[in-house]
Amino acid sequence: MKFAIAVHGAPHTSQASASAYRFARALLDEGHELYRVFFYRDGVHNGSALAAPPQDEQDLTADWQTLARTHNVDLLVCIAAALRRGILNADEAERYAKPAANLAQGFELGGLGQLVDAAVHVDRLITFGA
Amino acid sequence: MSTLHTVNKSPFNHATLSQCARLCHDQDAIVLLEDGVYGALTSSPCATDLASLLARGVALFALECDLRARGLEARLLPGIQVTDERGFVRLSLEHKTLQSWY
Repeated sequence: MKFAIAVHGAPHTSQASASAYRFARALLDEGHELYRVFFYRDGVHNGSALAAPPQDEQDLTADWQTLARTHNVDLLVCIAAALRRGILNADEAERYAKPAANLAQGFELGGLGQLVDAAVHVDRLITFGA
Repeated sequence: MSTLHTVNKSPFNHATLSQCARLCHDQDAIVLLEDGVYGALTSSPCATDLASLLARGVALFALECDLRARGLEARLLPGIQVTDERGFVRLSLEHKTLQSWY
């Protein structure tokens, strides 16, 4: 079966992204497919390349990147939510004349349309709210 | 068409679990996760609501890792089932829709 996950919480602020990651691992372990993870609202902070958690704590950005690489999962960050929270890719940094871009490798900026697309494409869409 | 509800807020400071309980149909199930697992306690403000849901045939689950992280495994309402992430995934497929309360 195909799944999509929506994540509304930032790492270290709520448990939402950690719960979403554990659910993602479990569904892949069960032999299902994860089509897309959609990071919305504060969830966009999962896609920050600049977060530097202590070495003995979970690094969710790195965990999502590994998951995306090994299971071909689409990591989609809501562009409207990201821009207002300071998560920018190189194109947006240039467009808004910001001094740096920080969207982590493996993550992409996109719109709510891609959440709708995921909902249409998959058998189950599950939201982890903050 | 049944629904799997997820609740991640404690009923001691949020109304999500009582709102969910009010809208729950007989064939539905609820998974309590994160601070939502406080709803599974015998001392939960929603204990009476949950007991009547159980009597109506609604299945109630609490996520094991979140119970253990809070040391609550031994204080659960009778009838609450403990599940892990893989069980959670299987539950999500047994119901047609998923509704998250947060």
